[in-house]
Amino acid sequence: MAKKHAEGYLSAKESRQISKQNRRITDELEKKRKRKNVPESEYLTSMHDSKNAVEFDNLHTYFFTDTGVVKSVDGVTFDVPVGKTVGIVGESGCGKSVTSLSLMQLIQRPQGQIVEGEIRLNMGDKAYDVTKTPQEKMQSIRGNYVSMIFQEPMTSLNPVFRIGKQVDEVIKLHNGEGKSKEEIKSRTIELLEMVGIANSTGVYKMYPHELSGGMRQRVMIAIALACNPRIIIADEPTTALDVTIQAQILDLLRQLKDKINSSIMLITHDLGVIAEMADYIVVMYAGRVVEKGTAEEIFAHPSHPYTIGLMASKPVVGKQVDKLYSIPGKVPNPINMPNYCYFKDRCEMCVAGCEGAYPPEISLSETHKVSCYRYRDGKGEK
Amino acid sequence: MAAKKNTGEITFEPLTYDPQYILMVNHLKKYFPIRSGMVSRVTGHVKAVDGVTFNLKRGTTMGLVGESGCGKTTTGRTILRLAGEKTGGQVLFNGKEVYDFTNKEMRSMRTKMQIIFQDPFSSLSPRLPVGEIIGEAVREHNLVPKAEFNDYIDQVMDNCGLQPYHKERYPHEFSGGQRQRICIARALALNPEFIVCDEPVSALDVSIQAQIINLLKELQEQYKLTYLFISHDLSVVEHISDTVGVMYLGNLVEYGETGDIFRNPLHPYTRALFSAIPVPDPTVKKQRIVLEGSIPSPANPPSGCKFHTRCAHCMEKCKKEAPIQREAEPGHYVVCHLYDK
Repeated sequence: MAKKHAEGYLSAKESRQISKQNRRITDELEKKRKRKNVPESEYLTSMHDSKNAVEFDNLHTYFFTDTGVVKSVDGVTFDVPVGKTVGIVGESGCGKSVTSLSLMQLIQRPQGQIVEGEIRLNMGDKAYDVTKTPQEKMQSIRGNYVSMIFQEPMTSLNPVFRIGKQVDEVIKLHNGEGKSKEEIKSRTIELLEMVGIANSTGVYKMYPHELSGGMRQRVMIAIALACNPRIIIADEPTTALDVTIQAQILDLLRQLKDKINSSIMLITHDLGVIAEMADYIVVMYAGRVVEKGTAEEIFAHPSHPYTIGLMASKPVVGKQVDKLYSIPGKVPNPINMPNYCYFKDRCEMCVAGCEGAYPPEISLSETHKVSCYRYRDGKGEK
Repeated sequence: MAAKKNTGEITFEPLTYDPQYILMVNHLKKYFPIRSGMVSRVTGHVKAVDGVTFNLKRGTTMGLVGESGCGKTTTGRTILRLAGEKTGGQVLFNGKEVYDFTNKEMRSMRTKMQIIFQDPFSSLSPRLPVGEIIGEAVREHNLVPKAEFNDYIDQVMDNCGLQPYHKERYPHEFSGGQRQRICIARALALNPEFIVCDEPVSALDVSIQAQIINLLKELQEQYKLTYLFISHDLSVVEHISDTVGVMYLGNLVEYGETGDIFRNPLHPYTRALFSAIPVPDPTVKKQRIVLEGSIPSPANPPSGCKFHTRCAHCMEKCKKEAPIQREAEPGHYVVCHLYDK
């Protein structure tokens, strides 16, 4: 038998209490969210910098589970400038996807809730705070302003509808006012051609299972681009694909971004993909941003011990090492996060200050920020 | 064994055993029949493995790379006789043809040849405690006396970085990396000589990946293991392998020492594959060879060289005549008409 009261053990009473508490909090948030006819002034806001497409400001997204509150995103702040690609890296479970889903308001409710912070979305002449925007309004924002490419092209297309119908549907819903069927169809075929599908009229009539993984991902991209969004969230767009197909898809994304002048939020755990695509990089660990900066800064001077470890643990073609570095320990339990630096227990570069509260963000340059006590006194201890 | 021999087949010389090689594979073929119609007539074959030849030295690692659907996994499984009967060719393990063993002999040979699967979530029985998962085969084959059984399992688990108290736990209580350690411990408990690692790190995070790769390397030194390491991640293969084989549509198109292959790729497909690897350095801007289209269907492969539909160096000859394996440099084999003398 395992230990009777192992770590994480909850008695029935405790568990009931947690559920009750959770329900109280989520009910209140849900009530606020479900109000009808919310005045626009409530979610109207202004961008801090008009050159940004999105600004995440101190975002907290929590999941109220029966074993406790999981702080998936715990104070994330970063900007996505217009026309640039921002890469978000981190291990699974670090909150990369939840951050992007918060922007789409696609968090699994009622357990998942944005409890604090702002996501300012630049709509051109005005800016909305997505965290407070009501559902009906969100419907018009999704697709038209923000759209998403999912990881699994196999599961994100509906197997019982033809490709053409699935792309048509997006255009009809978001951008279809006053358009005839033929117009929509010609737009779909134009989109399919744009994403590099040669036989576009043939593919229009096909079912998803008739296409290969790369082709399906192209269809997903066509759907995401259907209404010329300002921001494309690409959630691990190439993880399920082969390297050769990955290269094709990355090239395509790069070309399309320039063509329609939108920003890309690229979520991935592959540092190679990030280096090729991203202008700015955000490194996340356990729900927090540990380091952010331009791609050159992050790759030339990785500063946070986690970033350094992550880079050292990936084998690189053409670079021979005897033994790969591996970060000791594992990610802390998301329910009971420590009150000091989340990485301290795995860190091999601890300094005296690490005992204290979670480290504040320290600027190494105008764009390069790191949350680590090693850099507290200006230069940093190397 | 009912598979028909297709016409124009290259006949091959039977191998002679060379004791430095633990595994010798010669023109190995595995076709899967496509059945259709009312009486399930065989209407065609998926040529998953179509003439693969390589030798694997004792105590080394051979990496097998290629796109999905190129037959990497089927090669691994066919070598272990896990995919039914082979269609043709030879597999010599320690000089003996694997497909000639009787069932009883095969049973005892299984302890010498093990496999680690890709997905640590589906390859462990959810109803057995970890100690039982690791120990089941050991007990079945009577490898250790009953009195030493528990100590032996503890020892194996310790070698793989697992704690003795993990023995009573069930697989769902473990993370992905630890489950992969359980899979490795299960394979290792039988004291094998040869392990097929079928994408053992593909489902894991980068930092966990490094732990598992280091573990595999340590165990190799300790037990003098031989690995066939199947992966689509080229950087991992370069790190762990001594020799590398590149597969395309059931054929081994290039094969040689890791250094030779990565520094001087000869086959146009290998070059394209390597140029597609993203480099984690934003300052590097490299010339990429982008392959047009996708991999053709293995049920209906192109005539001649199977790569000619996507090849930038395609010649008239390539469309008609299938190239054969040539030694372009010492120990560096390539299957391409470009290197015909």
